[in-house]
Amino acid sequence: MKLNGSQILIEVLKEEKVSTIFGFPGGAVIGIYDELAKSEVEHVLVRHEQGAVHAADGYARASGRVGVCLVTSGPGATNTVTGIASAFMDSIPLVVISGQVPTNLIGNDAFQEVDIVGITRPCTKHNYLVQHINDLQRVLKEAFYLARSGRPGPVLVDIPKDVANDTFDFTPMEDINLKSYNPTYQPNMWQLQKVINLIEQAERPIIFAGGGVILSKASGELTEFARKTQIPVTTSLMGLGAFPGSDPLWLGMIGMHGTYRANMCTGHCDLMVSIGVRFDDRVTGKTDAFAAQAKIVHIDIDPTSIRKNIPVTIPIVGDCKITLERLSSLVKKSDPNHLKRRRQKWLDQIEEWKSTRPLAYKQENIIKPQYVVEKLYQLTKGQAIITTEVGQNQMWAAQYYHFDQPGHFITSGGLGCMGFGLPAAIGAQVACPDKLVVDVAGDGSIQMNIQEMATAVQSCLPVKVVILNNGYLGMVRQWQELFYEKRYACTSMDYAPDFVKLAEAYGAVGLRATQPEEVEPVLSEGLSVPKPVIMDFVVAKEENVYPMVPAGAPITEMLLV
Amino acid sequence: MPEEKHIFSMLVDNQPGVLSRVSGLFSGRNFNIESLVVAETIDPLVSRITIVTKANKPVVEQIEKQLNKLINVIKIRDLTGPESVKREMALICVRAKAEHRAEILRIVDIFRCKVVDVGRRHYIIEVTGDEGKISALLNLLKPMGIKKLARTGPLALLREPD
Repeated sequence: MKLNGSQILIEVLKEEKVSTIFGFPGGAVIGIYDELAKSEVEHVLVRHEQGAVHAADGYARASGRVGVCLVTSGPGATNTVTGIASAFMDSIPLVVISGQVPTNLIGNDAFQEVDIVGITRPCTKHNYLVQHINDLQRVLKEAFYLARSGRPGPVLVDIPKDVANDTFDFTPMEDINLKSYNPTYQPNMWQLQKVINLIEQAERPIIFAGGGVILSKASGELTEFARKTQIPVTTSLMGLGAFPGSDPLWLGMIGMHGTYRANMCTGHCDLMVSIGVRFDDRVTGKTDAFAAQAKIVHIDIDPTSIRKNIPVTIPIVGDCKITLERLSSLVKKSDPNHLKRRRQKWLDQIEEWKSTRPLAYKQENIIKPQYVVEKLYQLTKGQAIITTEVGQNQMWAAQYYHFDQPGHFITSGGLGCMGFGLPAAIGAQVACPDKLVVDVAGDGSIQMNIQEMATAVQSCLPVKVVILNNGYLGMVRQWQELFYEKRYACTSMDYAPDFVKLAEAYGAVGLRATQPEEVEPVLSEGLSVPKPVIMDFVVAKEENVYPMVPAGAPITEMLLV
Repeated sequence: MPEEKHIFSMLVDNQPGVLSRVSGLFSGRNFNIESLVVAETIDPLVSRITIVTKANKPVVEQIEKQLNKLINVIKIRDLTGPESVKREMALICVRAKAEHRAEILRIVDIFRCKVVDVGRRHYIIEVTGDEGKISALLNLLKPMGIKKLARTGPLALLREPD
């Protein structure tokens, strides 16, 4: 069947069962858009290409499938870079299709030409410039395969305009064969047996799980393994939802703004079984002091994650799901009650840390941001998909919304990318039309991609935005307060738009609460309207996120309320 | 931790942009490149890159793993040890005054290298060998005056088992 490049792209999208893509048209992709409009593939028109990538990212996380976006050459392509970098840091499977000037113009500084393959080389899992129509189908198939296999990540495919117009005799392709790419899924059984031996000897073990557990859809296996071995569980920010937040073995999040007990556990444990994590500096604090008394087991599909930041006792390269299944099957022989008795002292110590130093804030006669998130949790019964912007709003959402399931907390963890939450919520809403999707935002970060409200309204995606409005770039202000003698250099957002009017101007619903007693009614109303809603909560201006571990300090040295 | 020199030899897809993925990895992750040699292999679809780096042990481990992770890297091997043969090459343009000409040729003879260009005031000498040999030759020629020098990094190949 003779097809042109644009039609081949549509065929591959169909083969990959892509029902919706996110994008923004332009000169170099007019031909592709022409074919797209004729096809059954839905398209969400964003207002900025960064929004398209974050939306595809949110879609991928909420659905567990590859997110796809389509942008034009030049500025369309460069606008995707932040989104791609964020997805790369968080290992989110994306395929980003960018248009390119015709091949005969490449290198001539043509109109809207940019070397996007060169620009995105360090922030993609892999990328391609398709030089010839004969390569297009193979490259697109490889792109999907690479994006979702092994350690997932974004893959960019740059398609010159003439390649999209050229024709090719298309037949569906067989399996992908990349001789140089062969991720290790099966863990080494000898290593697993060593882990079991360590678990049996350990008196103060913990499990530290991360985003890898969610990516490999191993939450069930993690939960089973933890319960069977009676080992308490903490996760990184990216791992929230990998283990039920309501389980008695749950320690809360680890790290710079982790719970007191989770951080104390890392300091005092004698065994840390870490799964699908990469020991980010926001998790470890001072690396020499991190889990200094512990033997560390590190399970990850990416060999480069192992021993990159932290020396480990037992490295295991493998898929989290398969590895946890195997580990659980090896545990069977031991008796959980016996393990529990052995651990009783440790579990009692944890309970003491929990009861003496719970997550806390002071209730005052002004709206506390933590209170808004707590109420949001109660009113949504913990069932909403929460996306976040970056900064204090992100940390309060992580601390006070308790996630029981994977795919329900969607945040830019590694890159820490402000402006992520609203477009990500749009993507998540596309993936899960029946779910309530809420972006927990700050007044600063919401303004970074506020234009996507128009996308939500146009595409009838009833996302809810909860702005914790403190008039500051709050996290930076918090650092200035604590470490720069309260010199609030350029962090005060003295002027902000009226978010209620702004919502209305976009054709959405705007609501505001200024008093604590208004929080619940505003949330109830906002969450029940079947339209996009912005809820503006005027909160305490100088509230800080606690606990806090100062950058570079040992993780057990926390500033507390 | 002490830094050690390592020679990595890798087979990569012979495609545009691959070298830039490799060199970009080094600069982006703050690894060091001492030298780099690239050329096509007998299979025109595959090139060999030989790269010399200096780092402490954990970083060397990271370098090898990170290179392996690149989709276009087919195979990588650390050829630092004695089980591989290593050779470098240099072209040396040395000033050749009348009173030095015989001496230079004697040195060339001793080092088993070649004169590949002769002029009234210069010789160009081609030398191959390990790093030590080339450095020794340069030391001997230095007093005559080295006008220009072009030097490759090492190439390395694993010895075949008997």
